[in-house]
Amino acid sequence: MAFEKDLNLDATELRLGLPGSSDESAKNQTPATLRSNNKRALPEESMSSNATASKNCDQETAPLPKAQVVGWPPIRSYRKNNLQPKKSEGEISGIYVKVSMDGAPYLRKIDLKVFKGYPELLKALEEMFKFKAGEYSEREGYNGSEFVPTYEDKDGDWMLVGDVPWEMFTNSCKKLKIMKGSEARGLGCV
Amino acid sequence: MNMNYFPDEVVEHVFDFITSHKDRNSVSLVCKSWYKIERYSRQRVFIGNCYSITPQRLIARFPGLKSLTLKGKPHFADFNLVPHDWGGFVYPWIKALAKSRIGLEELRLKRMVVSDDSLELLSKSFPNFKSLVLVSCEGFTTDGVAAIAANCRFLRELDLQENEVEDHRGHWLSCFPESCTSLVSLNFACLKGEINLASLERLVARSPNLKSLRLNRVVPLDTLQKLLMRAPQLVDLGIGSYVDDPSSEVFSKLKAVIQLCNSIRSLSGFLEVAPCCMSAIYPICENLTFLNLSYAPGLQGNDLTKLVQHCRKLQRLWILDCIGDKGLGVVASTCKELQELRVFPSDPFDAENAAVTEEGLVLISAGCPKLNSLLYFCHQMTNAALITVAKNCTNFIRFRLCILDPVKADPVTNQPLDEGFGAIVRSNKSLKRLSLSGLLTDQVFLYIGMYAKKLEMLSIAFAGDSNKGMLYVLNGCKKLRKLEIRDCPFGDVALLQDMGKYETMRSLWMSSCEVTLGACKTLAKKMPSLNVEIINESEKLESEQLEFSFDDRLLVDKMYLYRTLVGDRKDAPEYVWLL
Repeated sequence: MAFEKDLNLDATELRLGLPGSSDESAKNQTPATLRSNNKRALPEESMSSNATASKNCDQETAPLPKAQVVGWPPIRSYRKNNLQPKKSEGEISGIYVKVSMDGAPYLRKIDLKVFKGYPELLKALEEMFKFKAGEYSEREGYNGSEFVPTYEDKDGDWMLVGDVPWEMFTNSCKKLKIMKGSEARGLGCV
Repeated sequence: MNMNYFPDEVVEHVFDFITSHKDRNSVSLVCKSWYKIERYSRQRVFIGNCYSITPQRLIARFPGLKSLTLKGKPHFADFNLVPHDWGGFVYPWIKALAKSRIGLEELRLKRMVVSDDSLELLSKSFPNFKSLVLVSCEGFTTDGVAAIAANCRFLRELDLQENEVEDHRGHWLSCFPESCTSLVSLNFACLKGEINLASLERLVARSPNLKSLRLNRVVPLDTLQKLLMRAPQLVDLGIGSYVDDPSSEVFSKLKAVIQLCNSIRSLSGFLEVAPCCMSAIYPICENLTFLNLSYAPGLQGNDLTKLVQHCRKLQRLWILDCIGDKGLGVVASTCKELQELRVFPSDPFDAENAAVTEEGLVLISAGCPKLNSLLYFCHQMTNAALITVAKNCTNFIRFRLCILDPVKADPVTNQPLDEGFGAIVRSNKSLKRLSLSGLLTDQVFLYIGMYAKKLEMLSIAFAGDSNKGMLYVLNGCKKLRKLEIRDCPFGDVALLQDMGKYETMRSLWMSSCEVTLGACKTLAKKMPSLNVEIINESEKLESEQLEFSFDDRLLVDKMYLYRTLVGDRKDAPEYVWLL
């Protein structure tokens, strides 16, 4: 039974060649049989096949990476698909910033970490404050809207949301403000 | 006094008190008269293998059927060992029931393929339909869920557990009509997509009987707060997203409303979680009997330990191994009522960071005298530890140990784990379910055959030396119902020694073992009451098919056999050979 492994590249054949396995010699005693991808004869017909197989068996000493064994460890696929890699300390805490809107009676707070990029952030802001930001373009800022999303950066300057790469934005944004279009003119328009 | 002198109605009334499936099955075997009375009064039927009987025969025997439980694919399908289209389709069942006059009210499915068409037909065919529970199923989308929501006027329970559902985005929830006020249980935690939060709030607001609510990841904390305001009577809560700034107003509101939810006994979810928010949960921890944090990413050992310290009444705990051995020690000293523990690996392929070892298990066994059910994924186990656990715990009904390296020996002694598992079966006489792992020889099976007299289900992987191992089990475990084996040196001799045994069992699965096609054919021929299926997916086979497909010496890759009253199934795909 141990012989099949060297010819069978199927990684589920873990009985052979695992380091530290003390029962290898015992397993070598069982007679070889025919596998679908193995054309060797049964031991009654050919003793030589056993010898070749044992030799090959010694060559197979590298441990097979566990991740390749189909169906091991026995965890439901659903659970496996939903496992998330361990997060580092920094990733667990959020980046909370206050969000205000001209004319709104109170502020909100959002965690910038939960968004993957600007489109998601804008959609969330639009839903939160019930407004439409309009189309963003590098040249003209937000077109076709009364409201413009802006933010205060580390230097204390008010910037147009969307100009800098997302990572840079999340690292430098201190607070958000949704300004009325008339007051936002002059921001970000070069 | 002979019961046959009582009129049927009296006997039937007596049978009303007999509720377990096993008992009702026994009752029906006593005599013709009891068989008849029993079948007309039977309302709940459990079918452990959907291919053991046809829907037509079910309907013919139990015209009063109200609740049906069906299981489809073999257990190892959970681990990707069974191809997706192998079978287990529910549609023929629903079609047959719909045609009949059965007033179906409840359908519970596990590991079945459920199409949107099935769900739609189900939703339109049974006016009194009340309860749908789908566990580990696949094949449907949120459109099918929408049909259930829209058409089942008296729906009480919609429970979707760990299903692979294609999400067509959000509208299914809005399909519950305004007139639907009967919901008692709603679990949609496994759905990935967006839902209409306002619809959800309105639904909960008009469901005064709602006791169980499990949300999915997209439901944010502020919605959770609003839902709890509407449903402080909840008994079972599954939290979706649990992320906020602890200093925010929303979070304060949540803390306040949680204090009002003093009926919550079961808590799960936390599909997205900020550890700093966990303190809001502490007030309900006191009363919790079930806590499932096994899907909560990002909670470190400390967070888990702090939480568990508040859970003195806990009976069931499902947790990730990042709780660590020390954390399990805290569980052991706090949760004296603990009956069931499941420790899942947070990183199944990480060989280096040993989160839990045998130490954690020993601590639990010492501190939790009522422990009767265990699922434990760990990096290593020793015989000494298992022997200690066996001394401390003699009430195990389920004992499943999974050492992540499948053939790992006792790291201290380098011995196989035969003695450890032997001790477990020897001292736990009520053991019904056992899963083995680690380095194991035939000896462990000798012990199992000798001591595990009540064992019903056994899962074996990468274990044993010879046919003797399997034979010890088949000969000794008189109550065995399900046996599943992968990658073990068991072959024809073991398979064929006692063919009649398989008629006393539900099923046998053997994959990557030493069983030949010839032996399977022999078994199939001699035992017409068994279906013997061979699954051959190997691409390598195609080229050699001509030479080997009729060669009886061919080792089969996967064999699944099960007893049946209705012969070969007609829905098997090409690569499944029905012998």
